[in-house]
Amino acid sequence: MDWTALWLSMRLAGWTVVILLPVSILLGRFLAYRQFRGKGVAEALVMLPLVLPPTVLGFYLLVAFGRNSPVGDLWQNLFGHQLVFTFQGLLLASVIFNLPFAIQPAQRGFEAVSKELRDAASCCGMSPARKLWRVELPLAWPGVLTAMVLTFAHTLGEFGIVLMVGGSIPGETKTIAIAIYDRVQGFDDQGAATMSAVLVAISLSTIALTFWLSARMGRRLS
Amino acid sequence: MLEVMTRATSPIPLDVAFRVAPGELLALVGHSGSGKTTLLRSIAGLWHPQQGRIVVNGTPWLDTASGLDLPTYRRRVGYVFQSYALFPHMTALGNVMAAMDAADGDEAQRLLALMGLGGLARRRPADLSGGQQQRVAIARALARRPEVLLLDEPFSAVDRATREALHGEIIGLRQHLAMPVVLVTHDVNEAQLLADRMVVIKEGHVVQEGTTAEVMSDAAALRAMGLREVAAMLPAIVGEYQADGLTRLDTPSGSLFLPEIDAAPGTALRVRIMAHEVILSRSRPEGLSAQTILEGTVARIMPGAGPGVLVHVAVGEHEILARITRRAAAQMALEPGQPVHAILKTMSVARDHVAPARTR
Repeated sequence: MDWTALWLSMRLAGWTVVILLPVSILLGRFLAYRQFRGKGVAEALVMLPLVLPPTVLGFYLLVAFGRNSPVGDLWQNLFGHQLVFTFQGLLLASVIFNLPFAIQPAQRGFEAVSKELRDAASCCGMSPARKLWRVELPLAWPGVLTAMVLTFAHTLGEFGIVLMVGGSIPGETKTIAIAIYDRVQGFDDQGAATMSAVLVAISLSTIALTFWLSARMGRRLS
Repeated sequence: MLEVMTRATSPIPLDVAFRVAPGELLALVGHSGSGKTTLLRSIAGLWHPQQGRIVVNGTPWLDTASGLDLPTYRRRVGYVFQSYALFPHMTALGNVMAAMDAADGDEAQRLLALMGLGGLARRRPADLSGGQQQRVAIARALARRPEVLLLDEPFSAVDRATREALHGEIIGLRQHLAMPVVLVTHDVNEAQLLADRMVVIKEGHVVQEGTTAEVMSDAAALRAMGLREVAAMLPAIVGEYQADGLTRLDTPSGSLFLPEIDAAPGTALRVRIMAHEVILSRSRPEGLSAQTILEGTVARIMPGAGPGVLVHVAVGEHEILARITRRAAAQMALEPGQPVHAILKTMSVARDHVAPARTR
């Protein structure tokens, strides 16, 4: 059992959720309520990581983050080390490839709050921020919660992009999914089996927790 | 005082201006698509006309000429929506408190009690009937301490019996309302029962503005509302309940018999009498099944575009309207000043066409 890899995966998934939570709320809400030119294009761009082969996305991220790229150079100048093959680089890639999982369910959640209800909140004297906090989020949060659970679970399982952008540096970029692959390559079927079982248990309990929370929420609302 | 002027060419053409005095209830009447709800939304700042000026108690909320456009949450409006629009995750009390500047549970309770919901404060909207939800919505609108109260088809989603009760409550509530009130409705009955003045809107333009009686004597307004909606309001006092289930109402020009009325003897009521239900007779008819015969004089006869005419019959200080054929008017040789009898079937007055008299 590679505890370092598991801990790395949990950290990566946790930080991805922390960063994507505000993004999912703001962008999900924006896409749900605003009509603008190019909205279809924006929605398609958000969905793109879902349909691209992970190696393709990983390749582009590697190029975009690498030395001699604007992002890579900026990072090098700011922090004194390169972005690829580091935890930070992996986290940035993770944030990007999780965008569809983080935004789409949140958008559906916000869309479920009717225009009339939002108008009523404004007529009650609620400023946009207060309206978000008092009315929109309490009603849209099953969608936001689903988004975060999907993001968390998906980060634990992502393989191709992690390998492309992170390599497989123990303690820095070697996630549990990659550790499992390594064990299989090294004929350690027992170790691979244990780690797979742990991953199944974590994923199952995460989803069970979501279902339980949504059901509680549903009861409160109906 | 609420002053409204809005002009727009899209998405619907709109060119309307009106004023509403404090404590006055103005009804915007028109068919769906006439632009009446859009007008209400522009007062609340939920819709932005290309040109407009909205001034409330001397403070401009919207002035496109100077680029002023207060966001909705900074306009002190109480808005009651057609489908209630209560916050489903809050209790009735929570909904009312959500509209307050500083949450005040006692005040919220008082408002709920005013709407007859004292015992239901802890219920969520899903556990309330449509009529109860709309009462919560009215309490919530009042909790905002509005400078303008806006009612957007507030009674069209509830059943008839509930609507009747809510009409009575709005009339009763009027003495507590010191601000201008604007009611949007396609229901001319509702407008006649509740409003002090009406503005009839068709395709974004004002067809006629005035008191109910003034609007009812304008041919263009009548066409815009639909001729079947032409009716007069007659004040009456509940006289006595009779053994056979009828109630006698007293008017200065005779007794009006209606099916059992849910009000104590002595209660002042207003009864809406549909013009197409009224039969006229030169002499007092006998051997007739109709129970109500009111004596009056022909005030004026308005020809319509089709085969009908509208006869205004003065009964005491009020008028009732009779829509009869041009042919009948000619055969009877009706002329202004003539005495005439207006005959009304007991069963032709619908229950929801009777409402308590307004206190102001």
